[in-house]
Amino acid sequence: MEIPGKYVREEELRKMKGVIEYVPKAKYSYSAGQALSVFLRGLKEGKILGKRCSSCGRILLPPREFCESCFSPAGEWLELPQTGRVETASVSYISAKRGKLERPEIVAIIRLDAPGYRGDEPEFPGIFHRLCGVSEEDVMSGRVFGARVRARWRPAEQRAGSITDIECFERW
Amino acid sequence: MRTNVHVKKRVAIVGAGLTLFARRLLETPAELAWEAASRALGSAGLALKDIDCVVIGSAVDGFDGVHMKGEHIADGAGGLLRPTVRVAMGGGTGVMVPIAAWWHVASGLCKTVLAVGEEKMSHAYPHPQAVFAYIWHPILERPLGPNLIWIFALEMAWYMRECKASKEDIALVSVKNKRNALDNPHAQAAANITVEDVLKSETLVWPVQLLDISPVSDGAAALVLADESVARRITDTPVWIEGVGFALDSSFWYNRDLSYPRYVEQAARMAYKMAGIERPWKEIDIAEPHDPFDYKELHNLEGLMLARKCEAPRLLKEGHFERSGELPTSPSGGLLGMGNPIAASGLMKTAELFWQLRYEAGARQVKKAVHKAVASSWGGLMQTSTVIVLSR
Repeated sequence: MEIPGKYVREEELRKMKGVIEYVPKAKYSYSAGQALSVFLRGLKEGKILGKRCSSCGRILLPPREFCESCFSPAGEWLELPQTGRVETASVSYISAKRGKLERPEIVAIIRLDAPGYRGDEPEFPGIFHRLCGVSEEDVMSGRVFGARVRARWRPAEQRAGSITDIECFERW
Repeated sequence: MRTNVHVKKRVAIVGAGLTLFARRLLETPAELAWEAASRALGSAGLALKDIDCVVIGSAVDGFDGVHMKGEHIADGAGGLLRPTVRVAMGGGTGVMVPIAAWWHVASGLCKTVLAVGEEKMSHAYPHPQAVFAYIWHPILERPLGPNLIWIFALEMAWYMRECKASKEDIALVSVKNKRNALDNPHAQAAANITVEDVLKSETLVWPVQLLDISPVSDGAAALVLADESVARRITDTPVWIEGVGFALDSSFWYNRDLSYPRYVEQAARMAYKMAGIERPWKEIDIAEPHDPFDYKELHNLEGLMLARKCEAPRLLKEGHFERSGELPTSPSGGLLGMGNPIAASGLMKTAELFWQLRYEAGARQVKKAVHKAVASSWGGLMQTSTVIVLSR
């Protein structure tokens, strides 16, 4: 039985009639929303702010207006310690568009030290960010897993109320 | 023991069809949908006039650069002037298509449904990675410049550490699936490779290397579903849909343990309960777990409760998941061997089980007798699971 579908090579396609190249032009201005606006203002001041669910008491970081689990409004704001532990890490050699990176980028999920947490819960206040002062070898050998890290901030005058106001998390 | 749902009509799969999977196909999305749909109808011995309703699955509008992708491919999927709907659950779309088609029939709303999954990733030029960048949170994640593979690398590293699994252990999935695909004439990435080949391939985001990932692909797949009265009339070998399950976890993926996919377990429990399956590791004969990355097959197998937590790498090494093994997994060649046109590849997995359960898989037919089968697809920011249980 013949299989439908005609394979064409990239070079062949480029020579064909009727090939359209198109780059969408669209601009967006996202609002950070009720909870994240406060979080971003906190970053500008060098603070990591989370919320506590008024119903189950879990700490929401990144903060949100509601706890998705209890479906009740998140309650009080609290400032969280800027230290934590690396849960997992990776080393990227490619860019967002699949180009080669000149310097590999090391990123991680960091479990923040939060009041009332033992540190082994399957759900936890966490941050996704870069690691610095860590080598490729540290990641590949597994040495970095479980490592203690803390936030390294950009100088106050360079902070813009962005997740990148934290430059990275560094070992200490 | 069947417990939890009242199903008005028993639902069977009565036909299946696939296009070639390849990095670039000449056909448009609608043409691909039409090719697969025509094959599926032909294999059921039906024509479009016999179809009551249409379910379309296609995952990412951004690949086509066209919104309402579903409406654009609907003509090719047989949707003209019929009750037609598109489902989109990211990578979970593939198995969501037969699930949605199932409830159309099970509810008594439609007697026959044409279910079509289509994806043409190669439009996005020079690489669809640029489109994938838009899955990230615009404020919290995108400023860090992530690519799609980061999140998989973080999950894979966590799984490896938690389960003490090595890169070698995991590469065996890629070796197995690409080898299985050698017997699949639709396959894009069939190959006889070794663990060493995987370990020597380009490192993209450690621990993920090039041969750990299924390739970018174009393709379409289709199924015909019918209620019992129609199915009995048109075929002696209907394949029954015994259970369906689906679950979604939070998009705050860095707030939870990624080493085990709890949402997969939840979806699987829903499907098994409906199917009356109490010990899936004993009762399921063959599986098509989602394998966009090699470790993902192991991760999904554990979530599907076909292996204990962290046990899948050992079972793999012992040959348990080979076509000749006790629980053959991805006998089609999986996404690693077939290519991964997202919505089509998940539907392809269901189609493969349809052929396996009818003993029509030819060179791919597994050695053991098969009675019950499970397919899953997986997607989102480590979030989505869709599961279907079939029997003959």
